[in-house]
Amino acid sequence: MANKLEVANLKAWFGGSQALHDINLVLPERAVTAIIGPSGCGKSTFIRCLNRMHEVVAGTRVAGQVLLDGQDIYGPGVDPVQIRGRIGMVFQRPNPFPTMSIFDNVAAGLKLNGIRPSRDELHAIVEQSLRQAALWDEVKNSLHASGVSISGGQQQRLCIARTLAVAPEVVLMDEPCSALDPIATTKIEALIHELRERYTIVIVTHSMQQAARVSDFTAFMYLGRLVEFGVTQKLFTAPEKKETEDYITGRFG
Amino acid sequence: MTVHTDRQYEEELVDLRQRILTMGGLVEKQIANAVQALVTRDRTLAEATIGKDHEVNALDVAIDDLCLRLLALRQPAGRDLRFITTALKITTDLERIGDRAVSISERAIELGTEPPLKPYIDIPRMAEISLTMLRQSLDAFVREDAELALAVCRSDDEVDTLNGQIFRELLSYMIEDPKAITRAMRVLFVSKYLERIADHATNIGEMVVFMAKGKSIRHLDTIPPEV
Repeated sequence: MANKLEVANLKAWFGGSQALHDINLVLPERAVTAIIGPSGCGKSTFIRCLNRMHEVVAGTRVAGQVLLDGQDIYGPGVDPVQIRGRIGMVFQRPNPFPTMSIFDNVAAGLKLNGIRPSRDELHAIVEQSLRQAALWDEVKNSLHASGVSISGGQQQRLCIARTLAVAPEVVLMDEPCSALDPIATTKIEALIHELRERYTIVIVTHSMQQAARVSDFTAFMYLGRLVEFGVTQKLFTAPEKKETEDYITGRFG
Repeated sequence: MTVHTDRQYEEELVDLRQRILTMGGLVEKQIANAVQALVTRDRTLAEATIGKDHEVNALDVAIDDLCLRLLALRQPAGRDLRFITTALKITTDLERIGDRAVSISERAIELGTEPPLKPYIDIPRMAEISLTMLRQSLDAFVREDAELALAVCRSDDEVDTLNGQIFRELLSYMIEDPKAITRAMRVLFVSKYLERIADHATNIGEMVVFMAKGKSIRHLDTIPPEV
């Protein structure tokens, strides 16, 4: 399995407080890596550093390297917008553009990235993205309805379709199911399972069961540091570090 | 050991550990009584031992229920997962040991109706070693002590050797006097039961190593010196 992303000595700050301390981690290609850890451990900050989203907040700073296929995304002359096209992100709460139709929501990413396909091509991309997000059958007859007229679970899959439309290589998901009910969660998890054939996926989740269900690898973070990274089954049955064991068994102080 | 944030969960795990110990203690007593009934030709004790087996079975069912409930409702991970799955497997071995106490008692009753073949010397020794193995395997379980568990696994050879010795001795009795065959066969069965008990204790020892260290040592040709 090739490495898609290599993180070396990654540090991040919010003003004077350091949120990440020397993270070193390799994310294998076409696999799902889950990031777990208690609130405030830096998991969201970590994945936001992976597509240069951390720096968009005023007063923040990043140091270290994040190599995408060997190229440092923090290197000189690298365009963060282009990086965000290759490394897409799905957020905690479904956030379709409320004034746009389902169709336009999916097409929006293309326009923002300056991609101007022909009408037929655009239709093909929208359909393909909705199919990949396992939403097509549910919305194909209402593509021009508002993006917020569908259920929360459907909205989240719409956001995934919007992310996939720009053909990213890596998909980052920041607690994508925390606002969804168990059935919608199951659908997103099944979708993650299918998407891993094509994409490298990094998912931040508060649910350890979810991490165990969907991921191939799991990273446990605590207080801004990476405590343990390993094959998911191993990490959830016999982890190496005591802190990991305490956390996954619910013995955290 | 760090305590669970969820106190009820912690109490359920303590309860599970306690029940395994109760079952282990009961099974140990059952074997000791069965062997005593055999050696002292005590039919009453043999029958009482057989009559008590249902208590072992009831504990087996209750522990299984508790394990299933913990798995379903707590979705355990890490050491809790290893502890609960180990408990689930240990009860099966303990229940089988309980059945061996019944078998030994049955042979004791049968042998008690016939004149003694010979004084029992190796059988009580074998029983003592097997019971020590059982006790230590359960101590290792409670203390999560992989070293002690490995020591239990190593003792198994001693019991196997004694079993072979008893077999050869009884064989010579049978060759000498065909009228002794029925009795000799019954004693031989008892020897085999005790040998099986040591095997069950070894199974428990192997599972405890997995529980404590997260590494399986089962079905290896040789027992590793350490884990």
